[in-house]
Amino acid sequence: MSRPEDTLQADVHYDDVEARKYTTSSRIQNIQASMTRRALELLDLNTPSLILDVGCGSGLSGEILSDITPEEGGPHVWIGMDISPSMLDVALQRDVEGDLFLADIGQGVPFRAGTFDAAISISAIQWLCNAESSETSPQQRLARFFGGLYQSLKRGGRAVCQFYPKNDVQKQMITSAAVKAGFGAGLLEDDPETKNVKVYLVLTAGQSAVANTKSGDITGVVENMEGVDVVDNRRQAKSGKGEIKKGSKQWIIKKKEQMERKGKVVKATSKYTGRKRRIAF
Amino acid sequence: MKVLTLNFLTCAVKSCKSSSDSFPLHPKDAELASDDVEVNPQLLINLLPRLDWKALKTTSTELGFPQLPDSPPTIEDLQSDEKLLKDLHSLLMETNLMEGKLVCGVCGHEYAVREGIPNFLLPSHLV
Repeated sequence: MSRPEDTLQADVHYDDVEARKYTTSSRIQNIQASMTRRALELLDLNTPSLILDVGCGSGLSGEILSDITPEEGGPHVWIGMDISPSMLDVALQRDVEGDLFLADIGQGVPFRAGTFDAAISISAIQWLCNAESSETSPQQRLARFFGGLYQSLKRGGRAVCQFYPKNDVQKQMITSAAVKAGFGAGLLEDDPETKNVKVYLVLTAGQSAVANTKSGDITGVVENMEGVDVVDNRRQAKSGKGEIKKGSKQWIIKKKEQMERKGKVVKATSKYTGRKRRIAF
Repeated sequence: MKVLTLNFLTCAVKSCKSSSDSFPLHPKDAELASDDVEVNPQLLINLLPRLDWKALKTTSTELGFPQLPDSPPTIEDLQSDEKLLKDLHSLLMETNLMEGKLVCGVCGHEYAVREGIPNFLLPSHLV
C-alpha cells in the first residue's frame, strides 16, 4: 500500500492532478462510498442532523450524507474541512451541497461548543501523525484536533473516523490522544488480518449510559451487531501491574528507576541488589 | 457558506477561545447568493435549540436583512406557521456567503472567503 503521508504534506500531495485522479478513480469512489456507509451505520442517526466531515476532500463522503432518504433519517446537512485547496476546487466543480472550509484539522476545529450531532472522517486522520515542522509534533496536532472535535460535538454525539494506521504504535497514539481529549474510544476493525482491513475509530462524547456494560464495549456502538468480537485491552493492562511482588528484586529495580526519573540520586544496581543479608549473631 | 454555518463558527486563534466576543464572526464586504434548497422542517426543528438567536440577529442585520424578532420562535411556532418556517429556511439554508471577509471581534483577524470557501489556515504563531 502506498503511503503518501510519509513523504509529503496533505496540501502539497493533493495538487490539481492528484485531486482529480483521486476523485475520478472508480475504485477509490467505491471504497470511499462503502466506508462512508459503514461509518453512517455506526453513527446510527435517525433524524436529519448536522455533521462535520473531517478531511472531506472532494466531497465523496459528503455526497452520500446529502443523499440519505427521509425514510432513513436524512438528508443530513454537512460541513466539510480540508487542507488541500485542489481537493476543495474539485468539490466546487462537482457542486456538492455541504459547506466547505479550507482549514488544517491539526490546528483545531473552529466551531462553538455543541455544534454538531456527529462527525465523520474517511481516510484522513493518519495525516495528522506526520508533523512537517519543528514547531509542532504529531501528539500536539492530534491533541488539538481531538480537543476541538470533543468540544464541537454535542453531548452524546458520536464520531467515526476511518483511518489507515501505519503500525500499532500509530494506532495506539491516535486512540490515546482521543481518550485524553475526553472521548470514549473504541477501534472497530472490518476484515481484520487481511489486506483489506479497515480501521474505524469510534468515539462517543460524554455518554456514560452504556459504559458499564460487561462486554467491554465502552462506546456502545456495536451492541446489537452480529459478527463483532469485542477486545478490551484495559483490564489486561491492569492485571499486568500486580505481577511484580512487593519487596522483590524486580520491584526494587522498578522503584529505583522511578526515583532516577525524578532526578534523585540512586545507588547503582548490582548483583547484590535486593539480596537478603547474611544472618549474623 | 450558509448563514447557518456562520452561526456556529468562531475565531480559530487560540487566544480568542476564552473571549465571548470571538463569536459571531462579522462578515465584511459580503457578496451573497441564493441557492434553492428543499425545505426540511425536521432538520430546522432539530437545529432550533442549538441556534444562537442573538448572534443570528447580529449576522442578519450585518448582512442587510430585515430585523429579526427579539426572541427565537418556539418549535410549536415552526410546526404551525409555514411562512415562518419558509423564512427561517431561506435565511439559514438558502442564503450563501460567496465572497468577502469574516472578521473576529477580538483579534481582528480577517478570514478571506472565496467562492464560498472561507480560509481558516492560520500562520503558526497564531495557532
